[in-house]
Amino acid sequence: MEKRGARVGVNGGNFFTTKFDSILGWARKYSMFVYPFVTACCGMEYIAAACSHFDIDRFGAGLTRFSPRQSDVLMVVGTVSHKLAPTLRKIYDQMAEPKWVVAFGTCAVSGGIYDNYSTLQGADKILPVDVYIPGCPPRPETVFEGIMKLQEKIQSQPQEWRWKKS
Amino acid sequence: MEEVIKNILERFGNREIKYKDKDMWTFYPDKEYFFDFVDYIKDYGEFDILLDITAVDYLEWTKEKKDRFEMVYHFLSLKYNIRIRVKYTLKKDEKGLTLTSYYKNANWLEREVYDMYGIVFEGHPDMRRILMYDEFKGFPLRKDYPLKKRQPRIKGLNDD
Repeated sequence: MEKRGARVGVNGGNFFTTKFDSILGWARKYSMFVYPFVTACCGMEYIAAACSHFDIDRFGAGLTRFSPRQSDVLMVVGTVSHKLAPTLRKIYDQMAEPKWVVAFGTCAVSGGIYDNYSTLQGADKILPVDVYIPGCPPRPETVFEGIMKLQEKIQSQPQEWRWKKS
Repeated sequence: MEEVIKNILERFGNREIKYKDKDMWTFYPDKEYFFDFVDYIKDYGEFDILLDITAVDYLEWTKEKKDRFEMVYHFLSLKYNIRIRVKYTLKKDEKGLTLTSYYKNANWLEREVYDMYGIVFEGHPDMRRILMYDEFKGFPLRKDYPLKKRQPRIKGLNDD
């Protein structure tokens, strides 16, 4: 709490002060609703990370949503072809703010071994990617490392909210 | 040699059908009697499954004014448990022979060959792309398609 600028109340009182941005970031980073856009074998690794042995819920990202309207984090899991690119872009556009994008696995990061006519050379060609998770496929530990990096990013960025004057 | 292979060779032996026994029996009938050949193996040999259709682009053949593409068909006989391969060659703009009246699945397989190699099949009921998007120009598995050519459908954030 001290790190994030929170102050415990005077004489050990039952309150503490903080910044609104800070507490909103704290709420947001521990309640990420993930939308997994699974197109390839990396999906197996996402399932392994999400299920009880590794348990993605420890990071507050356990509530997998299969609707872009209800999710905060778009995980691009697997190879994206040029044919699929407009669909992926549309799904990103349908998500409500605030939203983040994670490129999961080598294919989503850079196209990987598929340097050919049909494959999009990385999800960052069409989406603003926040966190890149490398690996072919990445181990669940790597996935969690990426999720923690995203949590750090969410906490440290200026928070947008509805009644905030921009 | 299996009985069924022997009979195919006997039946088409007078037309000098070339064949090889490599990983599987491979036949090279001329394009003119390709339909006769398929007719025979389907009826007699009971090659009732068409496993795959593909093509090979031999670009260097065109330098000697020879054919350019080689069509490759794989058949499976459930009765005799035998697989065979059948090949014939095509010139650059020559049309292929459609097997849609013999095998239903030839429809999509031939569309895939058209999509990748640009070989049009005469008499095919629905000759359009199957894997690539409609705006895609050219045929990606041809040897003269540029290796690094990209055709993105939407304008990218950071195209190079």
